Amino acid sequence: MALLDVEDLSVTFARRGQRTVRAVDGVSFSVDAGEVVGLVGESGCGKSVTSLAIMGLLPRQKGVHIGGKASFDGTDLLQLDARSMRDVRGRDVAMIFQDPLSSLNPVVPLGIQVTEVLQRHRGMKGEAAAKEAAALLDRVGIPDPRRRLKEFPHQLSGGMRQRALIAMAVACRPRLLIADEPTTALDVTIQAQILELLKELVRESGTALVMITHDLGVVAGMCDTINVLYAGRVIETARRRPLFAEPHHPYTVGLLGSVPRLDAGRGERLTPIPGSVRDVLPWPDGCAFAPRCHRRVDACVGEPPELVLTHTGHSYRCVNPVTGPVAPARAQEEQA
Amino acid sequence: MFRFIVRRLLQVIPTLFGLSILLFIWLHRLPGGPETAILGERGTPEMRAAIRRNLGLDEPILVQYGRFMKRLIQFDLGTSTSTKREVTTEFLQRFPGTVELTVMAMLIAIGLGIPLGYLAARRRGTIVDHASVAGSLIGICIPVFFLAYVLKAVFAENLGWLPSAGRQDPTIGATRITNFFVLDGLMTREWDAAADALIHLILPGLALASIPLAVIVRITRASVLEVLGEDFVRTAEAKGLTESVVRRRHVLRNAMLPVATSIGLLTGQLLSGAVLTETVFAFSGIGAFLADAISQRDYPVLQGFILIIALVYVLVNLVVDVSYTLIDPRVRVR
Repeated sequence: MALLDVEDLSVTFARRGQRTVRAVDGVSFSVDAGEVVGLVGESGCGKSVTSLAIMGLLPRQKGVHIGGKASFDGTDLLQLDARSMRDVRGRDVAMIFQDPLSSLNPVVPLGIQVTEVLQRHRGMKGEAAAKEAAALLDRVGIPDPRRRLKEFPHQLSGGMRQRALIAMAVACRPRLLIADEPTTALDVTIQAQILELLKELVRESGTALVMITHDLGVVAGMCDTINVLYAGRVIETARRRPLFAEPHHPYTVGLLGSVPRLDAGRGERLTPIPGSVRDVLPWPDGCAFAPRCHRRVDACVGEPPELVLTHTGHSYRCVNPVTGPVAPARAQEEQA
Repeated sequence: MFRFIVRRLLQVIPTLFGLSILLFIWLHRLPGGPETAILGERGTPEMRAAIRRNLGLDEPILVQYGRFMKRLIQFDLGTSTSTKREVTTEFLQRFPGTVELTVMAMLIAIGLGIPLGYLAARRRGTIVDHASVAGSLIGICIPVFFLAYVLKAVFAENLGWLPSAGRQDPTIGATRITNFFVLDGLMTREWDAAADALIHLILPGLALASIPLAVIVRITRASVLEVLGEDFVRTAEAKGLTESVVRRRHVLRNAMLPVATSIGLLTGQLLSGAVLTETVFAFSGIGAFLADAISQRDYPVLQGFILIIALVYVLVNLVVDVSYTLIDPRVRVR
């Protein structure tokens, strides 16, 4: 059994006087223990909302409706009450966010922000907690951790802040770590360092990692399995190599084609996907990507495409899939 | 930090100097003078002139101002033209009452306002939220003196739970040290005196608290709403912290800056006197005395009191500025 099994997860936001928004519309994927899984898609495809729903961090209020299942080690996280969910969060499932500056409390010393997790879930206090906090900062590569514990977030650099957030997330050795665009707000050189750190932590501790990103470069470098999301649904799932070598869904092909590459021939142009993520067809009426798809056929509209599973374990939702290797993708996979 | 405080205190001197000039000019340009207050419409021009000469008001304004400043440097604020007592004495006798009343009102306003504002923000859109927003609107709209009369009628006169007037029951015969009646009671261990003074503060304190309470509820609510949307609150939730830790350490602490600012301003306002409330409860603070001083054209009292109130205002705001640095480490005092 997988560590995390998300089944037919849906999230809708309803507001009086406004059209109901289906942010996540039947997402299914699973994460095995120790596995690194990517959730990839454009802005607005529902990847962040998916992670917040799993973490129980969406507001519990009228108008927010969450459906489906998210079984973590046999327990459906979506059914847990607020109190039990607080016990799970930070201990078994932890999360890292996009913007490290705004994700840290500006008026509380770093030390307290680290030790509060230790105190909450591991019952550590005083010197023991401070010692463990320093060890954690040291582990994520923050030099002079004892001094840093007394400092405030604004006194740290961007990379250090993200390292500190990672330290807080791994403080209780969670079995699952969700990283929501952890490198988007950082410089390129720092991005590489942070990804390297995450890879290392995952390898050492056996923590499963869900990487949420729009950056195919990130997933190419670290994910075992990749789920491509479009309009709130997973449209293609594959292991890393087959996905880059032989993507089947035209949207995945499009994503790969729109990544700038150093080895592209001079004068070769990027091929953006036409239209925007707003031009979607509601899933029940057919393939949501159909309005933007260059391979559209009549069968695309009418009913949603079934999930097709190939013998290699590759699955996709498309009635007119791309077959055969895609030229520009190969180098990408080799680079990985 | 120490240098910051010292420099801010030194800045008070030019502020007060400027204020004293403005005050002098404004007061002396008011139509009528103490002679009119004393004599009414009856006095002959000769009698008026005699009184003015007596009070030194016939001299050029610059000479008068010079004399005022010379005394001020020696901490002598002169003598009241209406009560014939020293302004400093009058002040020391009345200001403690106003301070006690202000502290009581602000304790009520802060103690209720911050939790209510937090709750309204946390339960946004629910009945709790609507009730506190509507309630605070009512609090701002009701004239304070009217609320004072209602409180007095209900709790003092009808129910008889609380005293209706004064600062303390005179039959207790409490010892006076500082004229802060509650403090005096505590210092002399006359517990009944302290308790009685405290009870006398409740009704006027409630009446005076209405506007600060409403303001604090609204500012806290808005500020908490803003903080609740911040990423670091989500991080705190993602760590699985208990609700009380999230509330105290992550939400309220960040939401307190604007609240602290408003508390400073509101406190300063209350300290400058609550004329009507003090009148309703026959409470001897500076409010009613100042109002009298204006109608009596009691220049020494007005000049002295206003200068001291300005000084207190500056000090309160200094405390607020210092509290910023305690709340938010990014605020550096320079």
